[in-house]
Amino acid sequence: MSILKKEGVGRFKHLISIDELTKEDIIYILRLAEKFEPIAKGKKVNKSLEGKILANLFFEPSTRTRMSFEAAMKRLGGDVINMTAQEVSSVAKGETLADTIRVVGNYADIIVLRHPLVGAAKFAAENSIVPVVNAGDGAGQHPTQTLLDLYTMMKEAKLEGSKIALMGDLKYSRTVHSLIKALALFNTTIYLISPPMLRLSEEFIEGLDTKTSKVFEVSLEEVIDEIDVLYVTRIQKERFPDEEEYRKVAGSYVITLDLLRNTKESMIIMHPLPRVNEIATDVDKTRHARYFEQAFYGVPIRMAILSELLDGNG
Amino acid sequence: MSMEKGTKDKGAKSDRKHLVVSKIKNGTVIDHISPGMSPLVLKILGIGPGSKEAVSMAMNVHSSKMGKKDILKVEGKFISDEELNKIALIAPEATINLVENFEITRKFRVEPPEVVENIIKCPNQYCISNSNEPIKSRFRIFTDGRKVVAKCDYCGKKLYSLQDYI
Ligand SMILES: Nc1ncnc2c1ncn2[C@@H]1O[C@H](COP(=O)(O)OP(=O)(O)OP(=O)(O)O)[C@@H](O)[C@H]1O
Ligand SMILES: [Mg+2]
Ligand SMILES: [Zn+2]
Repeated sequence: MSILKKEGVGRFKHLISIDELTKEDIIYILRLAEKFEPIAKGKKVNKSLEGKILANLFFEPSTRTRMSFEAAMKRLGGDVINMTAQEVSSVAKGETLADTIRVVGNYADIIVLRHPLVGAAKFAAENSIVPVVNAGDGAGQHPTQTLLDLYTMMKEAKLEGSKIALMGDLKYSRTVHSLIKALALFNTTIYLISPPMLRLSEEFIEGLDTKTSKVFEVSLEEVIDEIDVLYVTRIQKERFPDEEEYRKVAGSYVITLDLLRNTKESMIIMHPLPRVNEIATDVDKTRHARYFEQAFYGVPIRMAILSELLDGNG
Repeated sequence: MSMEKGTKDKGAKSDRKHLVVSKIKNGTVIDHISPGMSPLVLKILGIGPGSKEAVSMAMNVHSSKMGKKDILKVEGKFISDEELNKIALIAPEATINLVENFEITRKFRVEPPEVVENIIKCPNQYCISNSNEPIKSRFRIFTDGRKVVAKCDYCGKKLYSLQDYI
């Protein structure tokens, strides 16, 4: 049996990878997040995690994810202690992750971990007496990001049976990889749009469960009038041999008002943020833009996860 | 797959034509090893410099079933089925013959284990299993057609020619 799940449906010990979750598990978490939304907005008060402490262990900087976990914990009345990247390098010099986890597990009721090595969160969970939430392990997984992406689609467009275009760096983006695997569970049509050198690998596509969902490589123009969601990711400069090449390629993967003329009224645009210039700022005020809502949805999703792992829901 | 059928006069025939190495009294004969893999099989079984058991090895000998094969005969060491099944990672057709008092008392074909620890080294340099943590490498094993495939339990890396990572 998996170390990641307790007995029974929707009961988790840790949250390490989206692959560990069934479609039912995912729907369960999304529904729970919906219940927490008014609390995440500060419109309702819920102190169900009062007396609990969350430890943020960030071996790599990520202000946004860390703050969002902190907001989620505090909205539920819990407390947060932090070990920042700086402290990690000075305090924990020479100490193994296994030891750090054992020590911090005595200070806190739950650990949120970001680490540069793939599999670090799983290893941490194996060594932890308290629940571990993976907040990114190198090129590996970042399951709360995937869950908040799915939640955004469910709330702002639709999830089951929807047509989703993923655009940008599909080769290296861990966000995209996890999202595609999860979307495949929801009878979706997935359109892939990327520069040739940043295409999703054949191996990845072949490994997908395409029983219920379909995957196509297309250009944005071909599908812009039929999609429900346009998910844009950043194209990173580091992937290119020179600045010139980067500008040329990245420049042709920018969403402008002009491109959006033929879309469905209800089509939404998402982006994991931070954006650089993949989406022109004048798109922000259109009815399509949902990336700031998306960022907010990280809070109710993380509330649902924390609550579930700490058995504090109710 | 069915195993090669024994013939009635095999004793006499084998002694002269096929038994490349001498008989053992008590031990394990590992037959039908993919040619050239016998040194790695010993490595998997933890037999090497400093080991006490007597081992004879035949490499690249003729096999009617496989063309060529390796054979290992290990005397004086009890090897568990669990250990022996790890051989399937690199020699999926290997057969095990347990010998007691010169006679074969049990014969079985190796089956790849579901999980192996500390045998395969993950080639992903960013995998936690390659850090200085107190960690054992761990791979889940499955078959893809006739191929044995290993997937790193930590980073998800899939390996197809396992002999390169043992
Ligand atoms: N006492 C022994 N000592 C060493 N090797 C032995 C002994 N008895 C049998 N063997 C070897 O074990 C292997 C299996 O022996 P067996 O007599 O079952 O041959 P087989 O009929 O060819 O079997 P298979 O169908 O597995 O190929 C052969 O390689 C044989 O030489
Ligand atoms: Mg034979
Ligand atoms: Zn690995």
